[in-house]
Amino acid sequence: MPERLTLKDFSREVRLFGGRLLVAALFVAVGFGILAYRYYDLQVNHYETYRTASDRNRVQLQPIAPRRGLIYDRNGVLLAQNLPTYSLNLVVERVEDLEGTIEALSGLVAISDDDIAKFRRRARERRPFQPVPLRMRLSEVEIAQLAVHRPRLPGVSVDAELVRHYPQGEVFSHAIGYVGRINEQELERLDPVNYSDTHYIGKLGVERFYEDELHGTVGYQNVETNARGRILRVLERGDPIPGNDLVLHLDAHVQQVAYDALAGRRGVVVAIDVKSGGVLALVSTPGFDPNLFVTGISSKDYSALRDSPDMPLYNRALQGQYPPASTIKPIYALAGLHYGIVTPQTRVWDPGFYRLPNDSRNYRDWKRGGHGWVDLKLSMAQSCDVYYYDLAHKLGIDRLHDFAILFGFGHPTNIDNTHERRGIMPSREWKRQTRGVAWYPGETLSAGIGQGYTLATPLQLAVATATIANRGVRHEPRMVKQVGERDLEAPTLERIELSRESHWDVVIDSMREVVHGQQGTARIINRDLPYEIAGKTGTAQVVGYAQGVKYDASKVKERLRDHALFVGFAPLDDPQIAVAVVVENGEHGSSTASPVARQVMDAWLLGPDGQLRQEGMLVQQRDASGEAPAVTQRTVTMEQSG
Amino acid sequence: MKYGEFVRRMPGAGDLHRRRTLLQRIRLDGPLLALLLLLTATGLVVLYSASGQDLETVQRQGRFFLLAYGVMLVVAQIDLQRVARLAPWAYLGGVVLLLAVTFFGTHAKGAQRWLNLGGFQFQPSELMKIAMPMAMAWYLAARDLPPRARHIGVSLLIIAIPTLLIAEQPDLGTAILVASSGAFVLFLAGLSWRYIVAAIVVLLASVWPLWQFGLHDYQRRRVLTLLDPESDKLGAGWNIIQSKTAIGSGGYEGKGWLHGTQSHLDFLPEGHTDFIIAVLAEEWGLRGVLALLLVYTLLLMRGMWIAVRAASGFGRLLAGALVLTFFVYVFVNMGMVSGLLPVVGVPLPLISQGGTALVTLFAGFGLLMAIAAEKRTLMR
Repeated sequence: MPERLTLKDFSREVRLFGGRLLVAALFVAVGFGILAYRYYDLQVNHYETYRTASDRNRVQLQPIAPRRGLIYDRNGVLLAQNLPTYSLNLVVERVEDLEGTIEALSGLVAISDDDIAKFRRRARERRPFQPVPLRMRLSEVEIAQLAVHRPRLPGVSVDAELVRHYPQGEVFSHAIGYVGRINEQELERLDPVNYSDTHYIGKLGVERFYEDELHGTVGYQNVETNARGRILRVLERGDPIPGNDLVLHLDAHVQQVAYDALAGRRGVVVAIDVKSGGVLALVSTPGFDPNLFVTGISSKDYSALRDSPDMPLYNRALQGQYPPASTIKPIYALAGLHYGIVTPQTRVWDPGFYRLPNDSRNYRDWKRGGHGWVDLKLSMAQSCDVYYYDLAHKLGIDRLHDFAILFGFGHPTNIDNTHERRGIMPSREWKRQTRGVAWYPGETLSAGIGQGYTLATPLQLAVATATIANRGVRHEPRMVKQVGERDLEAPTLERIELSRESHWDVVIDSMREVVHGQQGTARIINRDLPYEIAGKTGTAQVVGYAQGVKYDASKVKERLRDHALFVGFAPLDDPQIAVAVVVENGEHGSSTASPVARQVMDAWLLGPDGQLRQEGMLVQQRDASGEAPAVTQRTVTMEQSG
Repeated sequence: MKYGEFVRRMPGAGDLHRRRTLLQRIRLDGPLLALLLLLTATGLVVLYSASGQDLETVQRQGRFFLLAYGVMLVVAQIDLQRVARLAPWAYLGGVVLLLAVTFFGTHAKGAQRWLNLGGFQFQPSELMKIAMPMAMAWYLAARDLPPRARHIGVSLLIIAIPTLLIAEQPDLGTAILVASSGAFVLFLAGLSWRYIVAAIVVLLASVWPLWQFGLHDYQRRRVLTLLDPESDKLGAGWNIIQSKTAIGSGGYEGKGWLHGTQSHLDFLPEGHTDFIIAVLAEEWGLRGVLALLLVYTLLLMRGMWIAVRAASGFGRLLAGALVLTFFVYVFVNMGMVSGLLPVVGVPLPLISQGGTALVTLFAGFGLLMAIAAEKRTLMR
């Protein structure tokens, strides 16, 4: 080491170094000056900008979807509910004995050691009163277990996202409809605020018709979230208002019976409470599982439903338009009496066919050789066509039309459901407008037996039958009986006043003959009947046949066979229920449709002992007018099904 | 002259007779120690908030601090002459270890920086932060200053070898710190301004080729992100946007200790390590930032004072380089968090959480202490 040099340059080196350090100090001062200015710029000059950005980061306004209203049948049987994917949560502050509670819960649902370990970890990191999950993805059995025991386990809750579920599945599919994911078109017309957190909307049926009631009102919460979107604190909250629950007129038991009675066939049952217009049963078979549609149906399932020749997606009760055939005869009998065309005693000779004056064409009776001398009662019991050809000819198509629409034909019934069709009740005016052609007299005859242009939905048939049972008082049919706490009353239309009040009794009495008469077409259903039914069978042609060709069921393909119809109401002395049944390609109303109606009526009218449910009925009527539907009625239902 | 008078006038003799304080006896510089204690205490307080009030983290960091202070105390006891003799060996050892890292190092986060020594993770680049100024000071202190061209050439070689090895890992932040610590020695040794201006020109001229060929993709992205953070809001730009938001939303007064939302709601990444200044700025406001800068300034001033008063050329150069490197730490960190500089992994000294870097840092302060003590015991 050159000691000499170091010593020599000592002072010079120190001076040099001092100068350089001074420069460095300046350098440092400038650097810190830049930093100070930078932080000043951010924290003072741009304070507002960053403050806002920070608040936007932190605070979010979140919508909270309201709970969708539930749908019950008239006895409180749950038809549509909101099933969550459940998790079992504990709010530790509310739990009295944590270890005991966990142990008790372990006895009810499967809780692994892993679950408990996770729970303890989460419980340490939570905020006060924040629910801590103990078990996720509970099964339905476990939910039920917990529901039973929850009252004695404070601080235990089961929370989840709600998804619509239809516990009765296929049986109620056409009555209630379903909800599904909101699609783009719906998104455009929906209130963006109220539906901001809603993922499902009523697509069909009651679910759609009462969407506004069922949906409720959105709530909101102002929450502080972290960068991962996790809610850390609710700063402000406005609770959502849940949708209104619906209580239907439907009776789950009657619906099930009707469904079973149609099992394996394509058909419809519509049953109406005569007194209120409430729909007791609305079945269209085959149905489909509405649950498939809720979370989005797979294209495979959908095309299977869509392409099935049985058309399960088609709501026959509201969309199906059938020729009413002979089931319209009671209406026209009333028309004949009202307009004085016939009296109960008027007799018509039926040789098996009818001819218009100056026309060689034969209008055949369904019975070869005819019924001979026929009065009104027999015409109904035997469903004599010639009697009604004559009647229709004398009344003329316009009077047939004008009278029939009083019973609801040719117009929508205004039921609180979707996709209802109006049917056709033809008139000269109608034909001119729709076809641009004049009316032919022969067409009046077809109309007179409910064929030709005449089309009616099963719902219309049921409404018309209920109107007869009510002796002219027509209620609009209603699915829903009660919205939330509010009773809905079906509008009643102006009563149909006949020229003589006794006309009602004449026709109703003749309809009684259909079931109870010696020669009644539906007499097969009167065996062991503890009440009386007034009814009418019908057989609707699917394809027309040329003159002189005899219809032979055995030679016709099943799908081209006649539809079997039956309408009726009971009990005769105090009508409670009106039923319309269509069994597609069921051939004869007498043999296939009427037994279905009988079963439905039995289900509604008879108690478990097979006797008329007079007492029960009174109780139910009182309940219907009263306020609270809940507990007592559910008990009744359980007794019924049990 | 009486014997007693002679002895009293002997250089450094005053120390023999003056009653020495405890601090002097253990060779610690009082003001420097006080400032260090103030900063590390502040670090723990900020860390408590930044870690989400996790006492465990604070305690672990506290233990690191204790270890670091211990290292400082030990280093302070080493005779500066011995430090000078050790310097070339420390440097050579560092280079060898860096080579070892290049061939046998552990990968983490896309970089190869660690050596696994029997379960103990060791980062040779940290050692280099100390070894570089030591080696440079050792080399230049022995020359006639200002350095001549030949010595400058050797110096540049000394700087370049480890810098390139570290940059290759890749760890640009540390490479810059190591290079600058060496460059500072050269600067303080009196490098001619002509060379300095030439170097700056060459540096500026090499920006484009460096950009094209010298940088890794992620490094390029960091620079681009700095220029326009909004271009990649959720990716690379996220850190800068969120840290600027944290700083800016603190305002003059700050949101209050433990009340910073950006950090507590996890918007601020690395809130307890490299980005801790954003937490401090958010919660303590501009007041806190300026106060911190003031304390740093005092620390630097004390460091420069020690450098000026250093007894040997080696001590002078080393002290000066250590002080200026410390400044670079602070400047780069606070600059990058506030969006002035690209994001390079440089922690905020004495505040950010972390172990290895802390030990290196305090080893440096130990050297400063040793240099300060040298003054009093060995006057030449």
